[in-house]
Amino acid sequence: MIDERIVLQLLKEGKRLDNRSFLEYRKIEIEKDIIPKAEGSASVKLGNTLVIAGVKVELAQPFPDTPNEGILVVNAEFPPIAHPTFEPGPPNEYAIELARLVDRIIRESKMIELDKLFIEDGKVYGIFVDIHIISNDGNLLDASTLASIAALHSTKIPKYENNSLIRNEFIGNLPVRYKPTYVTIGKINDSYILDLTYDEEQVINDLIAFGIRDDEKIVAVQKLRGKFKFNEIEKLLDLAIDKSKEIRKYL
Amino acid sequence: MKKENIKLLENGKRSDGRNLDEIRNINIELGIIPIANGSAKFSFGNTVAIAAVYGARSLQPKFLQEDEKAVVRVRYNMAPFSTDTRKNPGIDRRSIELSKVLRDAIENSIFLEEYPRAVIDCYAEVISSDGSTRITSLNAISLALALAGISMKDLIVGLTAGKIEDKIVVDLNQLEDNYGSADISFGYLFATDEIVLLQMDGELKKEEFLYALSLLKEKAKVVYEKQKEALRNYLEKEKYD
Repeated sequence: MIDERIVLQLLKEGKRLDNRSFLEYRKIEIEKDIIPKAEGSASVKLGNTLVIAGVKVELAQPFPDTPNEGILVVNAEFPPIAHPTFEPGPPNEYAIELARLVDRIIRESKMIELDKLFIEDGKVYGIFVDIHIISNDGNLLDASTLASIAALHSTKIPKYENNSLIRNEFIGNLPVRYKPTYVTIGKINDSYILDLTYDEEQVINDLIAFGIRDDEKIVAVQKLRGKFKFNEIEKLLDLAIDKSKEIRKYL
Repeated sequence: MKKENIKLLENGKRSDGRNLDEIRNINIELGIIPIANGSAKFSFGNTVAIAAVYGARSLQPKFLQEDEKAVVRVRYNMAPFSTDTRKNPGIDRRSIELSKVLRDAIENSIFLEEYPRAVIDCYAEVISSDGSTRITSLNAISLALALAGISMKDLIVGLTAGKIEDKIVVDLNQLEDNYGSADISFGYLFATDEIVLLQMDGELKKEEFLYALSLLKEKAKVVYEKQKEALRNYLEKEKYD
């Protein structure tokens, strides 16, 4: 790992270790349908960050307040293979926050038509999105969201018959519409910086994420760390809306 | 209940009779836990949170200490009886996220470097919930920190906003939180003009989001004044006790 002081010094001079400009993402590579037994799946490579998202479709009971809608569950795991700081054991608060943020952007953007996942009274399709971080080199939120959205767009719905799902027969694709994306923005010396590497994340104190839908609606916001001046939110929003269009093209 | 049957606005008034930019009754009691270094009860209408601050005190075990600053620990918790259907006691994923978000707001409001090797424990218990519980907890913790004598940039002022039937409103109650189309949680330091907590979910156009923020800042002044007034009264009274 690189000395934090070097990373910080470079950033203060407006430079990055990998020579990117501050607003430039690393190369994004998305592959869909990579897990045969998952109903939907995708991997996202963002430089040296690698995330796999798998979607399993299961029979489920609806929530009491939405008896006619399918359910969505998002979970994230940071297994110890992905980074020396990741430890075995139950998800820590960062893994939980990440999973809840991905859940939020999927749910609030209404990208899944949950009302079409009703089977019969007390029975619906459950959509389980599991995010697995394979290699951590920063910006896990943007990468995990890309992987989850790509996986959902590749998801097929298994046939339901005699109280069970038939795993190799499908009735169609999961009814999805939008492709919402998060853009996480860091701040250093009043400059904004995107797609932080792990080393950059160690020296940047202010981070905020905006979830933007295809129609430019804001569907989720989370200040992840640090503080922002009241009057800079508009600039941040413009940047996020602009960049979301660019990274959505990869989906 | 079906969404369509819920009326959040009627003749320009909200379900509880408030105007769009009206905050519920704010009630503050200070020092209610005498053994804590600082404590406060804060309510927005029927949402009530009690906070206690223990510290700054030496952090044990020692290997957890930070040489140049304090460690802040925050726990946000809802009492099982605070909600419509009983909330299972204990920590869940939601409370873990909210505790993290609150801790992050508090860390950015305190002069941490004044307390090397120390811990500042902030605990908030929501005893009655009617929307905006994390923000109610934030206001309670702000006051408890002040009473504990912790060096802060300013009091932390929290308020929520949201969108109900195409109107932007402040201080969401439960019904508006559940059936409105967006909600924003906002924590702000007036002295430094810094946003230390910001969360949003729902669906807003850029213009709506920015308008909501400006309304939040304007109305947060009310909460700020209430916090200061409560502290002044409490410290006045203590002087003569």
